[in-house]
Order: sequence, then structure tokens, then C-alpha cells
Amino acid sequence: MARITLDNLRHSYLPNPKSDEDYALQQIDLEWQDGGAYALLGPSGCGKSTLLNIISGLIEPTQGRILFGDVDVTNVPPAARNIAQVFQFPVIYDTMTVYDNLAFPLRNRGVGKAQVDARVREIAEMIDMTDMLNRRAANLTPDNKQKISMGRGLVRDDVNVIMFDEPLTVIDPHLKWKLRSKLRELHERINLTMIYVTHDQTEALTFADQVVVMDEGVVVQIGTPVELFERPTHTFVGHFIGSPGMNLLPCEVREGQAFFHDSHVPVEGGKTSAAGSRLEIGVRPEFVSFASEGLSVDVVKITDAGRHRIVETRAGDTAIKLFVDDGMSIPEGTAHLAFDQNRTRVYADGWLAEESR
Amino acid sequence: MAAKTENQRAWFFVIPVILLVAFNAIVPLMTVVNYSVQETFGNNQFFWSGVTWFEETLKSERFQAALGRQLLFTAIILAIEIPLGIAIALSMPRSGPWVSVCLVLMSLPLLIPWNVVGSMWNIFALPDIGLLGYTLNAMGFNYDYTQQPLAAWATLIAMDVWHWTSLVVLLSYAGLISIPDAYYQAAKIDGAGKWAVFRHIQLPKMKRVLTIAILLRFMDSFMIYTEPFVLTGGGPGNATTFLSIDLVKKALGEFDLGPAAAMSLIYFLITLLVSWLFYTVMMRNEGEES
Amino acid sequence: MTIELRNVAKNVGGETHIYDTSVRFAETGFNVLLGETRAGKTTLIKLIAGLERPTSGEIWIKGRDVTTLSPQKRNVSLVHQFFVNYPNMNVFENIASPLRVAGVGRKERKRRVEEAAELMRLTPMLKRRPSELSGGQQQRTALARAIVKDSDVVLFDEPLANLDYKLREELRDELPRLLAGRGAIVVYATSEPHEALLLGGHTATMKEGRVTQFGETSKVFRQPNNLDTARVFSDPPMNAASVIKQGNEIVMDTARWRVPDALKNAPDGAYTLGLHPHTVTPVQENTEAVQVQGKVIVTELSGSESIAHFTRGGEDWVSQAHGVHAFKVGETHDFYFDAARGLYFGSDGRLVA
Repeated sequence: MARITLDNLRHSYLPNPKSDEDYALQQIDLEWQDGGAYALLGPSGCGKSTLLNIISGLIEPTQGRILFGDVDVTNVPPAARNIAQVFQFPVIYDTMTVYDNLAFPLRNRGVGKAQVDARVREIAEMIDMTDMLNRRAANLTPDNKQKISMGRGLVRDDVNVIMFDEPLTVIDPHLKWKLRSKLRELHERINLTMIYVTHDQTEALTFADQVVVMDEGVVVQIGTPVELFERPTHTFVGHFIGSPGMNLLPCEVREGQAFFHDSHVPVEGGKTSAAGSRLEIGVRPEFVSFASEGLSVDVVKITDAGRHRIVETRAGDTAIKLFVDDGMSIPEGTAHLAFDQNRTRVYADGWLAEESR
Repeated sequence: MAAKTENQRAWFFVIPVILLVAFNAIVPLMTVVNYSVQETFGNNQFFWSGVTWFEETLKSERFQAALGRQLLFTAIILAIEIPLGIAIALSMPRSGPWVSVCLVLMSLPLLIPWNVVGSMWNIFALPDIGLLGYTLNAMGFNYDYTQQPLAAWATLIAMDVWHWTSLVVLLSYAGLISIPDAYYQAAKIDGAGKWAVFRHIQLPKMKRVLTIAILLRFMDSFMIYTEPFVLTGGGPGNATTFLSIDLVKKALGEFDLGPAAAMSLIYFLITLLVSWLFYTVMMRNEGEES
Repeated sequence: MTIELRNVAKNVGGETHIYDTSVRFAETGFNVLLGETRAGKTTLIKLIAGLERPTSGEIWIKGRDVTTLSPQKRNVSLVHQFFVNYPNMNVFENIASPLRVAGVGRKERKRRVEEAAELMRLTPMLKRRPSELSGGQQQRTALARAIVKDSDVVLFDEPLANLDYKLREELRDELPRLLAGRGAIVVYATSEPHEALLLGGHTATMKEGRVTQFGETSKVFRQPNNLDTARVFSDPPMNAASVIKQGNEIVMDTARWRVPDALKNAPDGAYTLGLHPHTVTPVQENTEAVQVQGKVIVTELSGSESIAHFTRGGEDWVSQAHGVHAFKVGETHDFYFDAARGLYFGSDGRLVA
């Protein structure tokens, strides 16, 4: 087990990268603590898989170093890194039983028979597969196969980190939360560093203590699920996390005050220092509500999402969505909106004004 | 029901195929069955003879010897071509510009007709003027496939291996490249060695195509005719007189239609039986191996 | 003028894939088939498309018995979970292919392909091959192909399952808009309750080869006829607790509350109380709320909401609440629910109140 440090990391798939655009992964500096649960979240092509492969050693980065603890492993091959990985599609050894599958990584490392047996049984108990140990792995359901993949990662006690690459892709939706909670439970029990790569915000936010959000090779924000939700530092995070994502209203800033369609919108802290070519007010649908006065909008669409309704309104060309709890009434035609001032912020060229780079 | 009329119409489309199969498989086969239970002295006169020909054929030393040679030949062919084919497939690149080069090279022998292969090797291995034969003799080996049974066998086997190993290679290769990268990555991370990767990932994933390869190579080598016919004509002596050559000798050389028909039926049944055995054994393992 | 399944059943080799089913789908809006894998959604889609024949029963499309007709004669479009396009054709040719088959003239073809491409935001990619597209663009191409011809029926078999989360959200939003006013009957299979709700329209919940209920989506969600429907239509899973009606009271272990009006005339005895996870909260929202205690097994925080899985009286419960709530795994917490928002099912699984 170890702390993981990504130092000045950069990667390009081209042999002679010149401009920033040639890099699949822009410069990254990160430190992950021993025993943490982390997620890499982003759409496909954002560079998260590249980063994962760099950590596992399948790709050598163009620039920078990776450290496990204080050891530089940048040039160390995958097998020598003591990592485990669970893939998108369950990888199991078809010809073996569940028991042999779990024992495989230990036997390859010459662990004694009694020790293998004890460890396999311990892990089988953790992943609830004790009664299936003698079954042939090939005939199991996808979720059980994926549990074996996880178990093979957990069975070794010298593992530095266990990595998950979209591990729930082939799992039935109604079983996903079970595996997700199993993962959380395992993390709490064995306290191993885990890195979870996904494009699914629910999976990332529910699994990780800290989430790294990536877009186009750039880390746009690192934070706890609550931070990402309540205070996105980039409009991409606001858009990508949350369903629907954050509302963005093009605005003007005059003397530190934000104006949308000439009406004044009070923002967090009462004042903004935002300046740039593209200024937007960002506020999540969760923090918008109907009011007796305020910004005037037209109600255009109501979607019943079960436990709440998603109401789409329009102010000119700008769509503003909000949530209305079950049982609350929704005005028809023209209405007024109020924004929660403490969760309303101005973004300049995508970045939160106070933290612009 | 309306649904039924449609189903019946579907039969219409199958009829040509049934007719075709009947014409080129069932009718000739029935003719052979017919011959195998009759005796003829020419003049188109036939007499019922029951299973006499079958008994006679099975008891004849000539048949047993030919069958023995045939089985030995096929066993040697399979024992060489299957492992060799897998080994070559494993050592082929899985991506990059060399893939197509390798594939073309591998396909070349498969494109050459049987009789041409026979003629090629016939000349290639001639002890006095052939490149191979001459070289071997020049190196001090006493090699003459027209005189020595062992040399004749070695030449035939070399020829078949040269001609058909590529088929096993191509099939195995198709099986290999269909294995997702994740398996290799997982194996690396699990610390599996080369042998373990082969034994637990590559071999199981190749099983289906290998079954097909073994079946094809079995059937084909078991029915080999053209190559020994062109190369040695079954000699020296009877050393390379395999079942098919013996059969042709009997049917066309000696015009013993009855025994020849019985023999070809036995031949056919053996091929069918062994193929079926191979198939069931390999497929049963598919489901139950542990 | 819609799709009607009349006593349709499908057996394959002694196994029943679809039990005797009769449904009359809605003419406008989406008809969602909701159920887990192997519930029979795909079989039903194939039956409507004509890719499979029912063992018994009839299928009617727009007033015509199509039971024995081949797919080609049914005028249907089908979009698969996997991105199915012709690899040797570019995007334009792919979208145009159903029109070419239908014998639409060149000019008209061009106009309609361009229109469909515009709707699907594929205009810059018309010259590209499918292999040069991202997954989302490939699926958009398949979707464009499905809407470009004036089909009587458009079928979707989990079309968004293999797409990125955000893309899924976008397309889910766009699809109903694209198909509105085209006169096509839309059937859409999904395994996600959330998706069914957002698509709206009507929903048929399916379980093990049976349609357990068909009706307006939000109605089916709020007033499921039976426990199976309620379970299929809940993610996280619906809480199902054993309760007993005793005169004017409902008893659940030590907790007891007044019988809701609708249950007043029902006989005393055992009932199953169904509670959607969002109706069970860790904070007391009103004084009437029933309090239960549970041992927390797993918690999931997603920034905007907290989910807690807990056990109570040997039953697994789930609470889903707005905001961030701190739970300690392994410890006992208080949870509350409003008994008036519960659903009561009889011992046969039918909704009583």
C-alpha cells in the first residue's frame, strides 16, 4: 500500500508532440493518499483511460513521474507494480473454478498452499461467494464474474492500489447499486487505495471520497462529491455532474454586480470579480425556485421524475431548469424565479471567477 | 392458420437444395450401397450377396494394412501440424504492418492445387535432379523416395505439413486475435507467466477454432489421395498405399465393384465416426471441464 | 390506429418467453417497456417488428393484422442497443439506405437525409464512415436512419444503454421531441425506471415474460396495481414491509398508526406496505410521520442526495433524501416516513390502497 504521486505528468500518443492539442493528457500534478477511494470522472475521450493506463504501467508517459510512496515507478512494468485492475468486461479464467480463479494471482507468486487456501476463503466470504467456490467460473452471471475479478484484485495483500475501469458496464441496472455498495464496503474493510474510472456521475460520486473531473485531457476540478455539487469551479463540472446539469445564463458584470437580461442577479458573497470575454451565471436546478417576484420566465415543459418534477422555463433564448418537489404546485404560463444567492456564481470563460487561473 | 401457409412456402425455397444434395450425394451413395450388397460378372447382371463383401473386406489383410497406414499417417500429420500451427500463430504479430505480410505468406501454400503440390515435391525431392533430393544426398544422406519406404513417408509428411499447416495457423490466429486485450493485461497484473497465459487464456479461447482445425485436418488427411498418387503412386511396394489409393486400385484397376463399394462404405463410416468422436469429446470438455 | 397485441404468447423450445399478453399501445408519445434483463422486452420488440412470430395470438398495426407479415412489409424501424450501421457506407448513405429501399427519388432523398442529419446534429459528419465516429455519433446515425423514413412504428431496444451518461441525458431529452408529430407509434424498451419517467408517455412494466401493468407512466409509478409493478418501477429498490391491520390501526412491530381511509373497509390481517425510497427520510418532515429505527449497512452520498441502506426487523430498507446526511455504517439511525404516502398490497400482491 502506498501514497500515489503524479508529478508533472503529460502524455501524447504522437511521437513528437508540439502544441498542447497533441497531448491526450495535459499536465497533471496529483497526490492520492494511502487507503483513499478516488474516482476519475469524465466523458469518453477525456483522457481518464490514458491516465489509468499510465498508473497501471501499460503506457509510459511522455513526460513526468509516477511515485508509489517514495519509489519512482515510471519505468517499472505492470507486473512489478503490485497493482490490481478490474476491467469493463469481466476477465475470468474460463477453465478454472471460482476457487482457482481467486487463487491464481497467489499461486503465480509461489504462495504456500495453506496460506492460499486461507486467503481465498477469506476473500470469498467478503464477496459473498463462499458457496460457489467449486463452481466453474465460466457459467456464472456477469455480476458474479465481476465480483471474481474484484476478488482476484483483493486476494493479494501486497497490492499498492486496485483500479476499476468502468466495472459496472455489463451489470444489470438493478444490480449495479449492490455491487457499488459491495465495493464501498470492501473499501472500508480493507482500507486499500482504490481508483475508479467512469463516465457515470452517480457511480463516481457514490463511490469516491474524492473525485477528479476531467475534460479534454485537463483536470477541471478535484473535490469531494459535495464540493463538486455545491461549488463547481468550472462550468463543465456544473454541466457534467447533476442531472440535469447546472443552468448557465449569459450575463453582464457592472461594478461587481451580475445582470441577466438587465435584471440584477445577486451572487455568492454579494460581489463578483469576474472578467472575461464570456461571462455566465451558473446556478443548479436544485437551487432555483418559483417566487412571487424576480426573473420573469415562461414555463415550457414539465417532466415528472417520480420523486420530483423537472420544470423547464425560458427567459428569451435561455433555458432555465428547476426542480419542484412532489406535492408542490407549479404555476402556468408566466412565472417568476428566485435563485439561492449562496449557490449562484459568475463564471468567466468557463472558470469560476474567484478561482480563475 | 395463415402462419402455416407461409411456412409451407418456405419449403419451396429449400427444394432446389434438397434436389442438388440428392443428385450429388444421396443418389451416388445409394448406388454404392447397392453395389456393396451385390455380385456381378459383367453383362449388367447383378446377384444379391448380402454382407459378404463387408466381411471379406474387413477380414482382408490388404485392407487392414491400408487402414493401419492411413491411421498412422493421419496421427503423424495431426501431431505435427496442430502444435506447429499453434506455435506459428502465437509467434505472429498481432498488429502492425507485418500482419498482412504474414497472412499473405501463410495463405500462399493453401492456394496451390493438390496435384501441383504433388508434382512440385515430386521434382523437388528427386535424388538426381531435385533441389531437396540432391542436397540431401550431397550432404551424405542416402535419400531416394522412389526406393525407400521411410524416405517416401518423410517426403509425404513434409509435403502435407508444408501444404496444410497454414490452415491451422490461420484458424488459430483468428482465435487468438479475438481475445480482448483486457485478458492479457489482467494476466500480467495477476503475475501469470507465458505458459499460464497460454494454458488458461489462449488455449481455452482457441478451443472452438482448434476443434474445427482438427476436424478439417483429420478428414482431409484421412482421405488423402492426390499427393501420394502423384508422388509415389502408392509405392515403393505398398508403403504409401493408403485407403483411398487402395480403393481406387480395387475399383478401377481390378474392377471389383462389390468389394470396392463395401470398402468405400466402411471408409466413409470410419471417417464419420472418428469425426463425430473428435467433435463430441472436444465439445463436451467445453461444458464440463474443471 | 395503434399497435395491438391480442393474446400474444411466445414459447421457444418448451420455455415460455412471453405469457398470454394483450396490450393496446398509445398512439402518441412513447410506449415504454420497462423491466429487468430477460423480462421479455426484447422478445416483445421482435414480435412487433416481425423478426419473430408469436406462438399464438395476433398482432395488429394501424388496423391491419400483421401477425404473418414479414418485417419488410410492416413498415417499422428498429434501433438497437449496439450501434448498427453499414460499415462500408458513409453517414449520408447510411441514413439514406431505408429511403433507397423504399424507392424515394434522389432529390427527395437528399432533402430528407439532410433534414434528419440536421436534427441529429450530424451535418458535419455526413461524409464520414461509421468507424470514424464516436459511439454517440454512431448511435445518432442509427437513430437518424430510424426516423428518416415515415415508419408506422419506431422501435427502440435500449438504444442509450451503451452511451456516456451525459449523452444519454441529451438524447433522452431530444428523442421525444424528434418523434413528436411524425405519426409513428413509438415503443421503447429500457431497464431503467428513471429513464421511463423522463420519457413520459405510457409505460408497460414487465416481469418474467408478463406485462404486469400498462398505463400512463406517472400513474403506473404512483399507483402500481401490484407489488411486482412497484418493484420493477423503483430504483433504488422499493421498500416492502410486512404490516398487520388490526381494526383501526396498522401495526409494524412496535410502530403503529391509523389506518388510511382507503383501507378502512378492508379486512384485518397481513398486508405489505410499499414505500418508495424517497418517502423514507432521515429527518422528521412532519409530526405525523412514523418513526422506525434501522441499522445502516451501506451509505451512498452523491453530492445532492444521500442514500442509506439499512435493516429493520429483518427487512432491507432504503432511504433516499435530499442533501448530505451523515450516517455511520453499522450504527442505528432513526428514519421517518409518511404513512399516507405508502402503498398497501394484499397477500396476493394486489394493491388495496
